[in-house]
Amino acid sequence: MPERIASAAAAGPDPAVILRADNVRRRFGGFTAVDVDRLAVRRGEITALIGPNGAGKSTLFNLLTGFDRPDAGQWMFDGHSLAGVPPHKVARLGMVRTFQLTRVLARLTVLENMRIAAPGQLGERLWAAPFSLAWRRREKENTARARALLARFLLDGKRDEPAGALSGGQRKLLEMARALMVEPRMVMLDEPMAGVNPALKQSLLGHIVSLRDDGVSVLFVEHDMDMVHEISDHVVVMAQGRVIAQGTAREVTQDERVVSAYLGERFGGDLEESATTSSGGRDGR
Amino acid sequence: MDILTSALRAGFSVDAAYFCLAAIGLNVQFGYAGLINFGQAGFLAVGAYGFAVGSVSLGLPFSAAIGLGLLCSVALGLVLGLPTLRLRADYLAIATIAAAEVLRLFFGAAFQDVFHGRDGISGFSAAFQAANPFDHPFLGYRPSDLWVMTVGWGLVVIVSVFVWSIMRGPWGRVLKAIREDEEAVRSLGKNVYAFKMQALAIGGLIGALGGFVVALGQNSVQPDNFSFDLTFIVCTMLVLGGAARIMGPVIGAVVFWAFLSLVGGVLDALTAGQDPTIPAWLMTGDQIGTIRFVLVGVALVLLMIYRPQGIFGNRKEMALHA
Amino acid sequence: MRLRPALSLALLVAVLVGAAPTAVATASIAGRTTLATRGDDPETVKVTGKLVNRDDTGSTPVGGGRVTVTDASGAEHVATSRPDGGFSVEVPFEAGPISIKLDEGSLPRGVTLREGSRNPITRTISGTLPLTVTFVLGKGDRRTMSWADQVPQSLFNGLYFGLIISLGALGLSLIFGTTRLTNFAHGEMVTFGALVTYGLNVAGIDIWPAGLLAALLAAVFGFAQDRFFWRPIRRRGTGVLAMMIISIGVQFILRNVYQFFTGGRTETYRQYTTPEGHQLGPITYSVRDVVCVAIALVLVLGVTIALKRTRLGRATRAVADNAALAATTGIDVNRVITTVWAVGALLAATCGMLLGFSQAVKFDLGALQLLVMFAAITVGGLGSVWGAVLGSLLVGTLIEMSTLVIPSELKMAAALFLLVGVLLFRPQGLLGRAQRIG
Ligand SMILES: Nc1ncnc2c1ncn2[C@@H]1O[C@H](COP(=O)(O)OP(=O)(O)OP(=O)(O)O)[C@@H](O)[C@H]1O
Ligand SMILES: [Mg+2]
Repeated sequence: MPERIASAAAAGPDPAVILRADNVRRRFGGFTAVDVDRLAVRRGEITALIGPNGAGKSTLFNLLTGFDRPDAGQWMFDGHSLAGVPPHKVARLGMVRTFQLTRVLARLTVLENMRIAAPGQLGERLWAAPFSLAWRRREKENTARARALLARFLLDGKRDEPAGALSGGQRKLLEMARALMVEPRMVMLDEPMAGVNPALKQSLLGHIVSLRDDGVSVLFVEHDMDMVHEISDHVVVMAQGRVIAQGTAREVTQDERVVSAYLGERFGGDLEESATTSSGGRDGR
Repeated sequence: MDILTSALRAGFSVDAAYFCLAAIGLNVQFGYAGLINFGQAGFLAVGAYGFAVGSVSLGLPFSAAIGLGLLCSVALGLVLGLPTLRLRADYLAIATIAAAEVLRLFFGAAFQDVFHGRDGISGFSAAFQAANPFDHPFLGYRPSDLWVMTVGWGLVVIVSVFVWSIMRGPWGRVLKAIREDEEAVRSLGKNVYAFKMQALAIGGLIGALGGFVVALGQNSVQPDNFSFDLTFIVCTMLVLGGAARIMGPVIGAVVFWAFLSLVGGVLDALTAGQDPTIPAWLMTGDQIGTIRFVLVGVALVLLMIYRPQGIFGNRKEMALHA
Repeated sequence: MRLRPALSLALLVAVLVGAAPTAVATASIAGRTTLATRGDDPETVKVTGKLVNRDDTGSTPVGGGRVTVTDASGAEHVATSRPDGGFSVEVPFEAGPISIKLDEGSLPRGVTLREGSRNPITRTISGTLPLTVTFVLGKGDRRTMSWADQVPQSLFNGLYFGLIISLGALGLSLIFGTTRLTNFAHGEMVTFGALVTYGLNVAGIDIWPAGLLAALLAAVFGFAQDRFFWRPIRRRGTGVLAMMIISIGVQFILRNVYQFFTGGRTETYRQYTTPEGHQLGPITYSVRDVVCVAIALVLVLGVTIALKRTRLGRATRAVADNAALAATTGIDVNRVITTVWAVGALLAATCGMLLGFSQAVKFDLGALQLLVMFAAITVGGLGSVWGAVLGSLLVGTLIEMSTLVIPSELKMAAALFLLVGVLLFRPQGLLGRAQRIG
């Protein structure tokens, strides 16, 4: 498998890779927050992105989805180059993200939060908006789909409450459900399980797995290694803005560079060097 | 009693009607989409001037002149929106307040042979008044005013229904969502910039309708009709009646004008006569106008601090926002 | 506790109204009623106006001038101007155009209608609003110099104006930097400086101590405004957009309170109104100009150096950078902000005091400069201190230079064009940091 990817990468776009980033760099003042030489997310797989706090994971999400502009770099999603593409077009292409700090639409109801996410609504065109005949049927279908999703995320009972009245964990759930409402081909979830109670976490994991079974590719950030072990097909480890290791969950947890990155500052100095050699070595393989 | 009836009459006057249209426009922009437009007077001005120049200088028929006025207001929306709607909300506020002021100066000083300076353009409502079905004063309103009031309030009804019809569906939902959190809406694949642009333009169009009502009501347009005071009053009316509600601007306009007239009447009575209740060294009848404006300002500030949802609004709904 | 902002607002209005009879209200001419409701059915409409003679020595009212108003039905009504130049005549209410004609023969010897001004003036009666007209008399200040000769003088005027405006812009920028509030009431601080200086000057105090006193009073006003009004509002968790609307309300209140006292009159200081001009190559300047420039320079440099060197200055920059972070390092954020308000008000009032020499001292003096100040800080970069200064100089120069090609009434348009242009091509401004939006 790894050989096939490497050779295909040299030849051109690989159909097995849905998202691929090369040399994406972002500096804040003099501080380099993200400096990723290469990152590939495989189609139909669950990829976990892990790394200590401040590693640059959320910043990378922002860059890849157009919410922030990198200083340099190229990335392709499903055959489209995304550099310079604004966020709403990224989402329309099928790559939808959630936010680490949830962004629910507080004064809209939970159901409206869901319905707004449905793609290609005729009723969002100004000329069609006054004529409910033009969009009423579609609205019914969207409502049915929204309620099915809400039921899966145990939020159906809250559907008429304003989203601002939800608890922190419920907001996480709503945001994930809402992202799915866009009918994405790939979802990028920034710590979807943070603040969700353990029982629900288990069922969330089930959802993520079922997403994969539906053919959706998943990239998610998570700090809890047990979760990562349980569901991820592939794990990418970031530290200090760089990708320092990739592989299966088992492989990366045994990687000493990863261990030292998590242990923190003390090993920070030589981490940079080893990270460079690591990614170089991997590419050559 | 006299004060009360004249307050009631002021609440439904021509002025109340055109201010109400301006407020409905602002409601689309600020109430629903969260865009801060401090230059609604500018939208009324370009509408009214477009219409007046079209009728008088270009000799266009009535409907074509109206069309020209509407076109001008959309153009103003584009010019102000294009550079600012991608940026922080402050920039739209700054650009609109500046543009409205510059427009007023422009109409007052440039192309004097077209705009006639501060005297303004007049003499274009003969055709409109010719269609006036009223020939007797009624409730103390003059026939010409009755006709303008009918058209003005008729427009208020039509526009309110239109705004209701676009706000209840998916388009209005995106607008309200933008007011809540732009980034979230972007992440769901909506072109926020385009929606804001549409909201700004629609609000401006409705403002231009207000401009037509002023123009027809006075049979003239003058730059000083469109000073910052207008924008400010519209803003206060909207907050008073409740932003992001269909009836908000209507209630706001009626209550505001009735209240303003009431205060004016009371102050008038207190400062009138040989030995007025309020001594002349403190305040004379000529200062009523400014005192009323001070009160309007105080009302807006207090509303924004304590009841941003308006006098009849639902407190809980606003609290969620904070 | 919750009523704090309301109380302080009431107090503010009360204090300002209470101060009425003393300083400013020297001669209370009727302020025109700017708003009349249409409900009261009118019999007559008042046409009022003023005859003023503007020449090198300033403006003097002209009495005894005869004005004829011809109403829509053709009837004539005659009025004669009072010694204060004002005239007033009532005409029957009848919608339609009326014409107001000044009888030039009735004017005192040597006084003529200014070249190019309109006579008769036509207006349209449309409501109960009193109609106000102005006949401008005196020699026009027509330029005889060639276009190229005026460039150096315009450049000088522009830099001079820009430097003075930078005092106002600096305060606006500092307040924005520390609180993220775009303060639409900042122009009223500028007016405050000019009006208080004028009031003290009229009461017999020499102009420079009067200006100093006005600036200090403004600092107290700025301090109080933040301490007792804005700080409680911030504590309530009111959003930035709501605060912006509140600030526009404050602007409206203050502007009308000023108008209440001054009645919309245009005034000039009692001293240095027409200083002796000196020639320096193609540029005419006066000693007064030099003193004004010196005051402005000292303040601008003083503030920028204080921001770099003093503890409070560094704390201010820390708050501007990240208020939450600054608070965790033990900086008293609220104290810093209140100080910034006081300093901002002091600077703005000085700006107004200096502007009062060259512009009409009037209730809307500062409001008219708000656009210029906004353009300045946007061009320079919101929140950047040197940006505010650089932006002011640029905008000031552009405005004055624009009068070479467009009528001077439209010079503000130049500021707007610069503003929109910068937003289109470099939204962060010239010296602003490119910031991620959102
Ligand atoms: N707008 C910004 N300006 C300056 N620095 C920033 C900005 N955004 C992020 N950073 C810095 O970039 C680094 C990476 O931040 P990021 O949020 O991407 O980390 P993360 O990996 O998501 O961490 P966590 O696991 O805690 O969420 C941090 O050191 C942060 O301080
Ligand atoms: Mg993160």
